Amino acid sequence: MTAALRFDPIRLPEKCEQLRKEVRAFLAEEIAAGTFDPHKPNREDTDAPEFSRRVGAKGWLGMTWPKKYGGQERSFLERYVVTEEMRVANAPTRRFFVADRQSGPVLLKYAPEHIKMEILPRICRGEICFAIGMSEPNSGSDLFAAKTRATKTDGGYLINGTKIWTSSAHIADYMIAIFRTSPPTKENRRHGLTQFLVKMKQPGIKVNPIGQITGQYEFNEVVFTDHFIPDDHVLGEVDGAWKQATSELAYERSGPERFLETYYVLTELVRAVGPNPDTRSAEGIGRLVAQLHTMRRMSVSVAGMLQAGKEPVVEASIVKDIGTVWEQQLPHRVRDLAAFVEETATNRETLERQLDFAIKTAPKLTIQGGTTEVLRGIIARGLGLR
Amino acid sequence: MAESDNIVVETAEKIFADLADPQTINNDKKGSWQAPLWQALSEAGLPLSWVPDDLGGSGASLADGFALLNAAGRFAVAVPLAETMLAGWLLAQARIASPEGEMTVLPASPKDRITLDADGSLSGRTRGVPFAKAAKHFAVLAHGKDGVSIALVDAAKARIEAGLNVGYDHSDTVTLDKVQPVTLKPAPKGFDQTTLMLLGGVARSLQIAGALESMLDISVRYSNERVAFEKKISKFQAVQHNLARLAGESAAALAAATSAADAIANAKAFDDEVYLEAASAKIRCAEAAEKGGAIAHQVHGAIGFTMEHILHRYSLRALAWRDDFGSESHWAVELGKLVAHRGADELWPLVASR
Repeated sequence: MTAALRFDPIRLPEKCEQLRKEVRAFLAEEIAAGTFDPHKPNREDTDAPEFSRRVGAKGWLGMTWPKKYGGQERSFLERYVVTEEMRVANAPTRRFFVADRQSGPVLLKYAPEHIKMEILPRICRGEICFAIGMSEPNSGSDLFAAKTRATKTDGGYLINGTKIWTSSAHIADYMIAIFRTSPPTKENRRHGLTQFLVKMKQPGIKVNPIGQITGQYEFNEVVFTDHFIPDDHVLGEVDGAWKQATSELAYERSGPERFLETYYVLTELVRAVGPNPDTRSAEGIGRLVAQLHTMRRMSVSVAGMLQAGKEPVVEASIVKDIGTVWEQQLPHRVRDLAAFVEETATNRETLERQLDFAIKTAPKLTIQGGTTEVLRGIIARGLGLR
Repeated sequence: MAESDNIVVETAEKIFADLADPQTINNDKKGSWQAPLWQALSEAGLPLSWVPDDLGGSGASLADGFALLNAAGRFAVAVPLAETMLAGWLLAQARIASPEGEMTVLPASPKDRITLDADGSLSGRTRGVPFAKAAKHFAVLAHGKDGVSIALVDAAKARIEAGLNVGYDHSDTVTLDKVQPVTLKPAPKGFDQTTLMLLGGVARSLQIAGALESMLDISVRYSNERVAFEKKISKFQAVQHNLARLAGESAAALAAATSAADAIANAKAFDDEVYLEAASAKIRCAEAAEKGGAIAHQVHGAIGFTMEHILHRYSLRALAWRDDFGSESHWAVELGKLVAHRGADELWPLVASR
């Protein structure tokens, strides 16, 4: 066969189910205490630093990392359970989500020891927030066209240029960014970019919020003017960021957040139609649940492969492609199915409010973290087409 | 995918490769490939994989049998292998021994009913029975006043109106009119027609997933050979993205079907979680057959629309398999009712149950 795609039927082990109960109990307490409202998904611009610390205190941040850095040395499947329960509950994860999923693992792999000892335990305690500095005004999907310069100076680098669409930069303590340290070469246009750890809230960094079509301000423009970064904040090989970028993508692309972003409208639809739905509603719900179940099985399967030490880059891209297209269409399908819901349904207003937000959120889902077009290019490469 | 991880699949794949090569079969207008293929499969004990040794079968596990069906889908095998396996499994539920030869199951649709009369005879009309015309015996699930029974029936005693499904395989209407079965026994407690439909649906899901794997394979290969506008069509981004979507549909079908198979193979009871797995597999695989098959044809252009090309052996069979043991519409309505009945706050616990 040309394509050796595998999605083995991975089951979550027993200890995951115990953990799931603990997470649900914790979230129920937080909801009861008024930390957040699970029926209000527009949490994206809410920063919840105290909640973040309490999640950290539970040992649920950096949970797969070594104990000496504050981690728990637990499995990716356990982390998976925590992530999906948080997402389904609409918990305010903004402050810790990126650090836990992405930035921490990059530091683990490429940061010098003293930086790891300094920063990773703070991520695990839920104290610090990370942003990712990839896109620029003239380079988005084409990552390797980035122009923001890092110029060598005494003991470090001076940064000049602009990053954009940077989620959470307005609250972030750190950013992991790529900057240009050398021009690309004729042989390799990806050459010349270097990954850096940036300490935010420092001289030479200006964060300008950008309004989104949801009415929120969760991404930003970040302007660097002669901002100094010390040498020990270089992550990995100078000019060699392109070698480091790809293996992380499997983590970023296959998680439950890639199909659960608008899940809440499905729950509310089921509530609105009640226990005895008509045939149209029943069929619509049945199809959506079958599609959701299938994506979750695919996503858990990728988590199992990650746990087994594999790098399922193509499989992860498939999960994100199918998952984000689905979660993008979901509010529109739910709107169709809700068209004949009784005026008297008790949650009618909640559903309408959620649909309003989900429909506005939908366009970004197939853009953020790797567009559909980029993903299909990666899948096509995996199939031997390019 | 094509990797064989067990002896049952290895044996089957060797037989399929030798005697069920799609191109050879497609060129053979007389159907002379059928008898040797069936004979080889029978000699290897594959049609009765799910029948214990003491009932005349080869006693393979459910899991091995499921893997065999997935392999059969990859070759678009057009003999009643899946049907005989299901029939043998159904009979074994009531400890009825399986005879030799081709079998199929009645009913093959959730809506049809066979009734058991007080005199011990069976009556009823069932449509869309796969390979009824080729079967020597039927394994029948019947409803009587004392509940559900399972019976072995001589095919010669039934009236069969022959028909073909969209994939050119036999899909017949079978009428039993006060037919005395060869053997009849009560079904085990809790076993009903839904159980049979769920297992049949998972069998078809695995076959569809297998057919999609092969459609992806031959479509990728073709796109790397065919030249248009002075380059291989695999170099066009529009074609690449179509094939990436086909890979996604193939992957989704495979994940849904193998997960459902695994759930059933390890199930203690046919509870809501197994129901979710099996119904979802049939729904999602049927959707994939439609979307994925359309892309495979689009990539092939006119040649894929010809009888002489093998693509239709996969694409049309995958579409036809959607109809057996409950269509995706049927299962979607039933799954939707189940979810609604459990209530909104029980949806996520169901989805996240394993």
